[in-house]
Formats: sequence, structure tokens, C-alpha cells
Amino acid sequence: MNVNHTLVISVLTQAVAYGTPILFAALGELLAERSGVLNLGVEGMMLVGAVMGFWAMQRAPGPTALVLLLAVLTAAFAGLVISAIHAFLVISLRASQIVSGLALTIFAGGLGLSSYLGNDLGLADLPPKHQFSEIDVFGLKDVPVIGPVFLHQSALVYASWAMVAVVAFYLLRTRFGLNVRAVGESPGAADAMGISVVRYRYAHVLAGGALAGVGGACFSLSITPGWTDGDSLVGGAGWIAIALVIFSFWRPELCIIGAYLFGGLAGGLPSALQAHGYKIKPEFLNALPYVMTVVVLVLVSTALARRRLGAPAALGVAYVREER
Amino acid sequence: MIKIERRLGQPRWLNVAVPIGSIAFSFLVMAAVLGITGHDPIHTYRRLFDAAFISSPAWTATLMTGTPLLFTGLAAAVAFRMQLFNIGAEGQLYLGAVCATGIAIWLGPHHPTALTILAMCVCGAAGASLWALIPGALKAFARTNEIITTLMLNYVAGLLLTYLIFDSASPWRDVSTIQTRSFPQSVALQPSQFWPTLGPLDVVVPFGFLLAIGVGIALYVLFRATRFGFEMNVIGDSQRAARYSGMRTRRKILAVMAISGGIAGLGGASQVGDFSHVLDASPQGLQGAAFGYTGIVVAALARYNPISVCLVAVLIGGLQNAGLYLQGPDFPTGLVGVLQGIILFCTLGGELLIRYRVRFGRRARAPVEAAPAAEPVP
Repeated sequence: MNVNHTLVISVLTQAVAYGTPILFAALGELLAERSGVLNLGVEGMMLVGAVMGFWAMQRAPGPTALVLLLAVLTAAFAGLVISAIHAFLVISLRASQIVSGLALTIFAGGLGLSSYLGNDLGLADLPPKHQFSEIDVFGLKDVPVIGPVFLHQSALVYASWAMVAVVAFYLLRTRFGLNVRAVGESPGAADAMGISVVRYRYAHVLAGGALAGVGGACFSLSITPGWTDGDSLVGGAGWIAIALVIFSFWRPELCIIGAYLFGGLAGGLPSALQAHGYKIKPEFLNALPYVMTVVVLVLVSTALARRRLGAPAALGVAYVREER
Repeated sequence: MIKIERRLGQPRWLNVAVPIGSIAFSFLVMAAVLGITGHDPIHTYRRLFDAAFISSPAWTATLMTGTPLLFTGLAAAVAFRMQLFNIGAEGQLYLGAVCATGIAIWLGPHHPTALTILAMCVCGAAGASLWALIPGALKAFARTNEIITTLMLNYVAGLLLTYLIFDSASPWRDVSTIQTRSFPQSVALQPSQFWPTLGPLDVVVPFGFLLAIGVGIALYVLFRATRFGFEMNVIGDSQRAARYSGMRTRRKILAVMAISGGIAGLGGASQVGDFSHVLDASPQGLQGAAFGYTGIVVAALARYNPISVCLVAVLIGGLQNAGLYLQGPDFPTGLVGVLQGIILFCTLGGELLIRYRVRFGRRARAPVEAAPAAEPVP
């Protein structure tokens, strides 16, 4: 029997596919948090990204590749617009970042804007006109293990890898990245250096929103193409992404591991087990990613408490120049 | 040039004027959103208020949706006041409903109603408290971020609810008739176990609503007149200061989490005892209503004051109820959620006006420079 048809391989393949939206959203949240702004609205931004991405894909004419690119850009823009509300409230108006983020999720979430837009634009249960399909890179999809898992995925997966590299390089190797880290660790010092704290924070919250929007589009354009009312489309991936930023100690290159771990638990394992005819109550399987998030978070937080790893020092604190 | 400076004192009237102004402003913003998406704002608002507050059946329905929001709003207010962000009221409410239904089924219909109600309240609150203590203990002993753990446990609680009714032969599930076997539902409460309603006027007031008001008053007293409440406020303002002055912050986290969860659990018990009389696990039931999340809106709007929570819960309950009632092609489902979000954003933004003074002027430093010139020259 071909090794590529075993259960393990199909779990891994699904893990990469399902991990991709979490990865995009986590990278976005990481950028925002590195600049010192906690955005708990990821779930809401993803849902709006999902619905607007799907809308653009249904309405835009043209060849598939171009339409899908446009859809992803629309989703990114939608996420960016939603995150702008949070940015304005917490950076300019100095509101509580936690409450504003929760408000963002309620506003944009499954009972709010995303549902309003989806119903108003008449998207419920439409069959998708286009969707991302797996690309067979260099014709290597039959290579044992690596082939199906890494070289036969959708373009979004490859884009997410590029994004990890870009974010890691940007944060750790460029002048701007250094400035962002300064703003997140010690905004007072950054301000004294002549870095505009407000401008940096706005830019990174907006970038985070755009990436969350793309993450949402991964669901509506690739994983489960289509749009359904309510919050089941994204189903907590935004919250897992926030947890993932903590797991990865605020480092982009570690995000990718966590994303695939949770991708495997969230989507890979249940669908693979189902496909191979195992009978486990779906509720237990579906609870697995949530329970594991809690478990891993506990492990990480005890480690964090012991060695103060990672968290930007000014995370969650509004910067007021006069009250430095 | 806009200049924002901190107020030295906070005038009391601002604490009332700013939230009301924020709500008014948010209705203007919402009108703009409606206009842009091609709906007539005035017509929509009129329908909304007709369905929520104009007639006595509307008030009855408003109190019905307001009751669970009152419980979850109080649950969120207690915890948020201490900067303990329990967003797990959703799951805690499910657990309360599960435990309350469980004890009611176990007791059977042949007990006095008062005893059944007491048992349902105690069990619902206790079950939900224990559920809330999981993230509470993790927060207290491992410093795990309670926002994420409480939220993750909401999904787990939802799946537990689904499992009990749809996917197992649990005691909660009704397997007495063919119909209930093919369309799973829970064992229904008997009429002798229903919670009473009070209706001296045309408006029907559910017992749970009064219970929630009682809880709200108790919390107000707790915050205002007890050492426990005082210490909660101190920890909320500065955990470090509290620890240095010898307060037991860890114990307080556990206690507050248990109280918060217990109140949400009472909401679940009331939901079963007052309204549904079954444990509704369908997507349109408890899990579709999102009472827990809306409770956060209520608590934040009320600025975590238990007495204001009572008022705000009725307002938001009215909007929610009107949203459900009017749902249709010209009144999309998400509209009420959008409106709630906008109200919350405006209130959050309005907080700035309470804490800071905003000055408009062409040059911000003008008064400082002008000061010496204003002195009379001898």
C-alpha cells in the first residue's frame, strides 16, 4: 500500500490545510501585539474577511486565478477596515484594549456584521463559482510523505509560508522591525528616539486586520468553500490564533509549528478519522482543539511565568505621552 | 488642533450624560450604516421600538430576552470589575441549564414547586461555579490567560450540551416516544416544576427576572458595604497594590470566578425553569442565543455597576427581542448585533470624555503663552 494513503499522511495533509487560516491570523495578531496592541477581535475580523472574500469571488468576472486574487485582497481590505475601528478606539481614544477587542468580535461576529453582510448580499449557501485547488508543485505530489503534505496544497498555503518569512525578516532584520519592537517594549523610549508610536501602532493593527481577513478567506474560498450564517464557518479559529501567539512566544517562525499542530487537531484528525471509517463521537473530536488550547496554554504560561519570555512589555497599555 | 488633557476631578453628571450621549450617537452611526446599505433608518427604528417597547406583549417579550442577559451581564460585571475577564458566561450558562434540568428530572414532578426551584437554582449555580473554577484555578495558580481559557471552555460546554441530547443515551434525553427518538430532545419539565410568573398588569414578569434583580441588589451591597467588595475594587485598580497591602489576590480570583460562574448558571436554570422547560441543545436554542456574549455588552455599557446592569439588560433585551421578531428579508439577522457593537464602541469612546477633557483650538499651547501677557503691567 502506498504510504501516501495512510491515515497519518492524510492527518498531516489536512493539518497543513486547516492550519493555514490560523497561521495567517496569528501572524497578523503577532504584528499587532509586537507593537503593543492586543486585538481580541480576530474572530470577528476573520468572519468579515470570509464573507467579503466569498462575495468578491462570486461577483467578480474574469479568469479563476485573477478572481481568487481579487477575493483575497478584498478579504484583506475588509479585515483592515474592521481593525481600524479597534485601532482608533484603543490608540486614539485610549479605550480598554480587552473590552474593545471583545466588542469588535461581537460587532463583526456571527450574530453581527458578518451575518448582516452575508444575508444582505444574499450569499447564504450559494455554490462557489471558483475555489482554490491544490497545486502540484514541480509534479512532486507523489513523493512519499513530503509530496501530499507539503507539495500538493493550495496557493494560500504557499503564500502563508512566504508570509512567515516576510514577517520574521521584517521584525528581526529590518530597521522598521526594530522600531516596532521598541514601540511594543518601551513606547516612551521609542518616542524619545523620534519614532511615532501612534503611527507604528496604527500600521501594525491594520496589517494584523488584513492578515486576519485573509485567514478568514482561507475558510470561505478554500477549506469549506461557501458562506453559512452564524459563526460556525470560522468556529473559534480566531481565538486559537490569539492563543497561538502566546504559544509561539511572539516569534513568527514558531507560529508555523503551532498552527499545524492545531490545524491537525481542529480539522485534520476529525475528517481523516471519519474518512477512514473510525467511529468516535464527533463531539469529543471537535472538543479536542479547544481542550488542547487550554492545556498547552497552561504549560506555556507556567514556563512564561518562570522566565518572562516573549510578551512585549507594553502589551495592552495605552501610550499617553503626557503621562509617561 | 485637538488637545486631550486629563480631568482633575470627574463631575458626577458625566457618568450619566456620557453613556446616554454615547447611545444616542450610536443610533446616529447605525442610521448611517442602514442608509448606506439601502434601508430606511427611520422606518427601521420605528419598527424596532414598536416591537421592543410599545405594547405590553412587546414588554413581556423584552423581559423574556432581558432576563438571561441580566444574569450574564451581572456575571460579567462582577468579574470585569476585578479586571478578571471571564468571557465564559456563555458556557457557564449552558452548564447551569444542564445541572438545573438534571436535578429537576431527577426530582420528578411530585415535589412542591418552591423546593424544585430552590434545587434547580442551587444545582445550576453550583455546576456553573465548578465549571468557572477550572479557568479560575488555572488563572490563580498557573497565571493562564483567563480570556482564552474561558472562551475555549464555551465551545467545550456547547459540545457537551449537544452530546447529552443528540449523541448519547444520557438521562437528559427523552427516549419515551418514537418522535423524540428520531428528533432528539430533552426530557421536558412538568407543569408543576415550571417557575411562576407574576403578572399583576398585562406585562408578564418571569420569576427569574425578579431573582436576577435580587442578585443585582445583593452585588451592589457587596461592592458598596463589604470588605470583600472593597478588596475586589482595589485588586481591580491595581493588583500589585492589593498584594502589597496583604490582600489574598489568589483566593479572590477563585471566589470571584465562582460567583461570576454561579450567576451565569442561575441564568441557565432560569432559562429552563422560566421559559423553555426543556434543555434546548438545538442550534436555535441556547447555543444560538449567545446570551453570554451579549452579557459582556450589557456589563460594559453599564460600566460594571450592578444597578445599571439591570436597566441596560432591559434595553439590550428589547433590541434583541425586536431583532428576533422582525427577522426577515428587509431586516437581516445581524442587524441587532451590529447595533450592539456600535453602541459598545461609542460607549468605549465616550469613556474618554469622562476621564479626559477635549479642547479644540488652533494652537494648543496658546493659553500657556498668553498667561504672562494677561498679568497687569505695573
